[in-house]
Amino acid sequence: MAINKNGTGYTFGFAIVMVVVVGAALAVTAMSLKPLQQANAADKKMMDILGAIKVDSQRDNAKALFAEYVTSRVAINASGTQVSVKQGDVNATDATDPFNIDIKKDYRSHKPAKGDLAWGNADDLNFPVFECQKEGETYYVVPMVGSGLWGPIWGYVAMEGDMQTIYGAKFDHKTETPGLGAEIKEDFFTVKFEGKTLEEVGPTYFSVLKGGAVTNEHSVDGITGGTITSKGVDEMLNRTMGIYLKYFNNEQRAQR
Amino acid sequence: MSTDTNTAVETKRESLFSKKNRKLLKDPLDDSNPITVQVLGICSALAITVQLQQAVIMSLSVLFVMIGGNVIISLLRNLVPDRIRIIVQLVVVASLVIIVDQVLKAFQPDISEKLSVFVGLIITNCIIMGRLEAFALGNKPGPSLLDAIGNAMGYAWILLVVSIVREIFGSGAISLPGMGQVKFLPSSWFISEGGFYENNNLMILPPMALITVGLIIWIQRSRNQALIEEN
Repeated sequence: MAINKNGTGYTFGFAIVMVVVVGAALAVTAMSLKPLQQANAADKKMMDILGAIKVDSQRDNAKALFAEYVTSRVAINASGTQVSVKQGDVNATDATDPFNIDIKKDYRSHKPAKGDLAWGNADDLNFPVFECQKEGETYYVVPMVGSGLWGPIWGYVAMEGDMQTIYGAKFDHKTETPGLGAEIKEDFFTVKFEGKTLEEVGPTYFSVLKGGAVTNEHSVDGITGGTITSKGVDEMLNRTMGIYLKYFNNEQRAQR
Repeated sequence: MSTDTNTAVETKRESLFSKKNRKLLKDPLDDSNPITVQVLGICSALAITVQLQQAVIMSLSVLFVMIGGNVIISLLRNLVPDRIRIIVQLVVVASLVIIVDQVLKAFQPDISEKLSVFVGLIITNCIIMGRLEAFALGNKPGPSLLDAIGNAMGYAWILLVVSIVREIFGSGAISLPGMGQVKFLPSSWFISEGGFYENNNLMILPPMALITVGLIIWIQRSRNQALIEEN
């Protein structure tokens, strides 16, 4: 019996078999490559954290340098209380390791309402802080994530030991406009944050201003043509710092 | 004796390097080049030719997808229902591209980051869908394989030439995957170090890729007058 190649039954059968075969092949590929990809992502994260404290690293030495500079990894909750602390080697499979807190995922699932700088619905989240030692000084690296014009933006800001002064910053983005919003990852922008301080009372601790405005020690000039991305950086900084400053204040009280 | 059997096989199954098959390999390099003559796949050619290493990885990715797609579609050509043949081609190309993307993310994370969306955009690269529809659906796997190699190489050499030109004049360097960027101009030549030379930043921007491709088309058509269209 000849099969009618253009019959509806054959077409459906072909489509179903094709989808199953292709689906299985892709699933096998994705699962077998996942460990390598995760290791790459972890290396990149270490490079970014080291970048915030101005330590240059490559993929092959990121792990060693991270172990050398980052003394402890702390997780805090939304009210600024320390929940857990880890030292020593990063364990990629340990979900309680603050290094493995996926703040991008948390941000997606707990997206704050527009303009909600207090991040009212973040109560059940944990936030990582990376305590670093470099040339005898202590630095606190704070990861942050927010929204730009087209997609997510994120960054790492290093605070000095006084927990008020910004030591270094590193920003990155997924799909911001090249030449405009995408410039937030360039050094000329991040270098402006260095040495600036946070205001002690919120909700606006720091501002990224529009269009050549006069800046003071609590603000930097935004990117021309990248207003919405600059605003995204501004909002991300304030929202995240609102939470971390509670922790920093607790720490300082404890040190006194 | 052995030569006899060889010729017998050749006459029966047409040699892999017969005149017709050599044409399949050679034509896309020049006379029917996908980029300079058919003007397909221009988008990726302009976007990822800033550095040689990106162009190399992109070319290899396209080569893999092209060969895989052409051979698979050619093997399936008598099974694919006519009404959904474009969907079938799309699914085959898309899954090959996803495999490439995953492999790059695992083994070449930095280059994968730089190529960003352009690996995914291989799916919509007209060269690939065009060859599947125009060639693989009507030919045996052997010639389809040669056609795939020819077209992918035709795409690749333009990419490589454009990226070499742009990288030399734009960054004064050449980069290869696994070797990083090799700067061959002494740093004392640069104005910032008191010299006389400055990299041409325009070369890094996409417009110069278009102009470089335009120059290649110009050279190609002045050598091969048959390509010039009459109005």
